[in-house]
Amino acid sequence: MDTVVFKQNHVQPLEKITYERPSSLCDVHTHYCPGCTHGTAHRLVAEVLDELDIREDTILVSSVGCSVFSYNYFDVDACEAAHGRAPAMATGVKRVNPGKIVFTYQGDGDLASIGTAEIIHAAARGEKITVIFVNNAIYGMTGGQMAPTSLLGQKTTSSPFGRDAQLAGMPIHMAELLAQLPGTVYSVRRSLHDARHVLQAKKAIRTAFEAQIDNLGFSVVELLSSCPTNWGMTPNEALTWVEEALVPFYPLGDYKVDERLQGRKGAPK
Amino acid sequence: MATGRIVIDAERCKGCELCRPACPQSVIQLAESLNTKGYRPAMLVDPLHSCTGCALCAVVCPDGCITVYRDLPQKQTSLPKYEMKETLAHVEAVA
Ligand SMILES: Cc1ncc(C[n+]2csc(CCOP(=O)(O)OP(=O)(O)O)c2C)c(N)n1
Ligand code: SF4
Ligand code: SF4
Ligand code: SF4
Ligand SMILES: [Mg+2]
Repeated sequence: MDTVVFKQNHVQPLEKITYERPSSLCDVHTHYCPGCTHGTAHRLVAEVLDELDIREDTILVSSVGCSVFSYNYFDVDACEAAHGRAPAMATGVKRVNPGKIVFTYQGDGDLASIGTAEIIHAAARGEKITVIFVNNAIYGMTGGQMAPTSLLGQKTTSSPFGRDAQLAGMPIHMAELLAQLPGTVYSVRRSLHDARHVLQAKKAIRTAFEAQIDNLGFSVVELLSSCPTNWGMTPNEALTWVEEALVPFYPLGDYKVDERLQGRKGAPK
Repeated sequence: MATGRIVIDAERCKGCELCRPACPQSVIQLAESLNTKGYRPAMLVDPLHSCTGCALCAVVCPDGCITVYRDLPQKQTSLPKYEMKETLAHVEAVA
């Protein structure tokens, strides 16, 4: 039997995609625990690489910590640094490839403990690299030991009675500290505990990469992140703890925004 | 109010439930069945079509499992008259 064919131009699209997985993420499953916001941080960086259309020109330097396999997750060229040394390796990569966009992705144990010298001096030299600093106030990968960023009183496997200032000193505020160094052009702290803050974090990551594209200097975004597994919480409880314990101690804000970055998305109005 | 839907990659999902409280319309639940990784994946349960396509669930998903669609407003169009006549004639002819 004959069929009645309607003309194509009468067909309207019924829907449009308003969100999809960024193409700068590889099509693989990550090893991160359920609800770990390392995944969120990865997604945001990948979305920014997509939006700025710099994926083909970007080189990642992975660090040691739970994000050690990040080179398998970002669809960019990458190399793996020894624990804490990512900013030093990124310095070399950027200096021999000044046209490339080079970023490190580091945890708080990596960046604020064993790698303190590397991060401080990369910032002091004003290396034109971008640092994504994921602060979850613990050593996640090795089983939940105290980090330099663990809160006072925080129970970890190496501070079972809670962090004691007499014994372990006070937690370090890295975003504020790095903002003091002259080579830093952008140093801010954001949080990943809810949708609104995740969107703000993305804008900051974008500005940090723009600082490098414009060849201005060292840029760093500190992201308050969760570790449900080692905090002994459900993923949603962990986000509440980020909001109620981490954010009050590590205030969100812009600690240094070079005037050439003012007015960008993510910079103060 | 805009309407939409989400598609969750059930194999990628880790059942972390971060998307559930993030959804203002409360239309995400965990499946009773397990995926290959052994997690109960999130799924859209939206009998009244109250999903707005706001994408807040996708913004908080750490594993990038969620694709969000928004329904487009449909223009009311009718076939041009002469075509309608032809079409009717055609339908009659083949019937
Ligand atoms: C030279 C060296 N010392 C110690 C270790 C053990 N180690 C591996 S990861 C890690 C800390 C990771 O913590 P962090 O950087 O906060 O990452 P997270 O897992 O929390 O994301 C340590 C101490 C190592 N791999 N190499
Ligand atoms: S141990 Fe903690 S930081 Fe590491 S993947 Fe699991 S939740 Fe994330
Ligand atoms: S798009 Fe918005 S309304 Fe729809 S499921 Fe996601 S959060 Fe809920
Ligand atoms: S946030 Fe993502 S991984 Fe977690 S339950 Fe929802 S869809 Fe699954
Ligand atoms: Mg850590």
